[in-house]
Amino acid sequence: MDLFTPLSWNDTGFILTGVLNTVFISVVAILVGTVLGLAVGFVRAESSKSVNILLGGFLDILRSVPLIIQLILFSTFIGAMGYPLDPFVAGSIILSLYTMAFMGEVFRSGFNSVPMAMRKAARSLGMSYWQTVRYVRVPIGMRAVFPSWLGVALSVIKDSALVSVIGYMELLRTAEQLISRTQQPLMILIGVGLFYFMISYPLSLYGKHVERKMEI
Amino acid sequence: MIEIKDVHKSFGDLEVLKGIDLDVNSGEVVSIIGASGSGKSTLLYCINAIEKINSGKIIVDGVDVHNKKTDKNKLRQNLGMVFQQWNSFPHLTVLENAALAPQIVKGFTKAEAEEIARKELIHVGLGDKLNEYPTRMSGGQQQRLAIARALAMEPPYMLFDEVTSALDPELVGEVLDTLRLLRDDGMTMICVTHEISFAKEVSDKVAFFHEGLIEEIGSPEEVLDNPQRERTQQFLSKVL
Ligand SMILES: Nc1ncnc2c1ncn2[C@@H]1O[C@H](COP(=O)(O)OP(=O)(O)O)[C@@H](O)[C@H]1O
Ligand SMILES: [Mg+2]
Repeated sequence: MDLFTPLSWNDTGFILTGVLNTVFISVVAILVGTVLGLAVGFVRAESSKSVNILLGGFLDILRSVPLIIQLILFSTFIGAMGYPLDPFVAGSIILSLYTMAFMGEVFRSGFNSVPMAMRKAARSLGMSYWQTVRYVRVPIGMRAVFPSWLGVALSVIKDSALVSVIGYMELLRTAEQLISRTQQPLMILIGVGLFYFMISYPLSLYGKHVERKMEI
Repeated sequence: MIEIKDVHKSFGDLEVLKGIDLDVNSGEVVSIIGASGSGKSTLLYCINAIEKINSGKIIVDGVDVHNKKTDKNKLRQNLGMVFQQWNSFPHLTVLENAALAPQIVKGFTKAEAEEIARKELIHVGLGDKLNEYPTRMSGGQQQRLAIARALAMEPPYMLFDEVTSALDPELVGEVLDTLRLLRDDGMTMICVTHEISFAKEVSDKVAFFHEGLIEEIGSPEEVLDNPQRERTQQFLSKVL
């Protein structure tokens, strides 16, 4: 009897689940990270130095401690506290915060990219502070940093592979299980790489398209 | 009517306005000339409350501009302002640029706001650019857009801060023509300008600023043709 069974069509469903889980956690992290990042970026752009030092320090930690360590620390800590979280939930929380830390810096420079003179021009038309934010700084500033935003989003898709370390069945973990069953690492890893490419590349093409449209 | 009474304004230790008195009556065009750094822009910013003042009073149609209870956003609807830099909103078309404030500030519907915007844009000669993006236009066209954008709020007063200074020489004329048009419409205007011959032509009053004070004020003939003060004479001999 064979100890290892080769890859077969029966594995399609299993692989597809892994792909979808990768897409799912990435979408969650990008969405939540973008919304939180907008808020953080705005606070960073508008705050006094002392607030910025505190908030900046916190974000620096999130950005400079390797994601894999944050994931393990968080899920271990939560487990030790007696509240074990589903790997998806724990992974989403950390990946979202990690994304937020990068998006926050992106959006901060977006908010700052709208010159004071233009804000004054908007105010001189009778717009309130918040109307100026909503109708001038957000649309203009966010367009300016769209390429950086896309860069962060694309790396989040790749970084999501690390959530496998806390047991989330995304694409990489799916692949690891298949590898240990089939002993066909080369073919499977090439396949997995291709899947990541197929998820990311359309996004980056779309980004280029949007950028070109915005250039006018 | 705009009444400016003994206005003082400092940035930190630097006193930029040292007691300005100036009245602008309805329908009048007042030009302000003077060396760079003499406080001309600061005065305009104080009139529409973009900058605070330290003492004195500015009253627009009976409303005390710098009173805490004054609704500044509402006040600014009455004081259109155009700057040296046109500051077009790059993400909006020409029509959308001019329609934005009437829509979100005054609460007009999109259609109503665009109707007003279209009228003002045609007035300043941009009727064929409505769907263009401003970054594709010349500085002169963008400056006319900035004027139309301010006019679309239908303010009784317009403040112009060196609106031709950032323009290539060949584009200055079209913007000055637009200002002449407004003067002919009877618009009340304060124009900070380096265009002395333009000031002579359109102004009812000319004020010469020197180091935060009005050194000399009067009709264009008085101030520009027969200046009484030595500093005015020196300034004019330099710029003419
Ligand atoms: N926001 C500001 N902070 C500090 N100093 C300022 C500020 N705005 C203007 N000033 C200073 O005030 C003086 C008058 O400036 P301004 O009103 O722009 O002069 P003008 O328009 O006549 O050239 C200048 O010395 C300028 O450096
Ligand atoms: Mg100035």
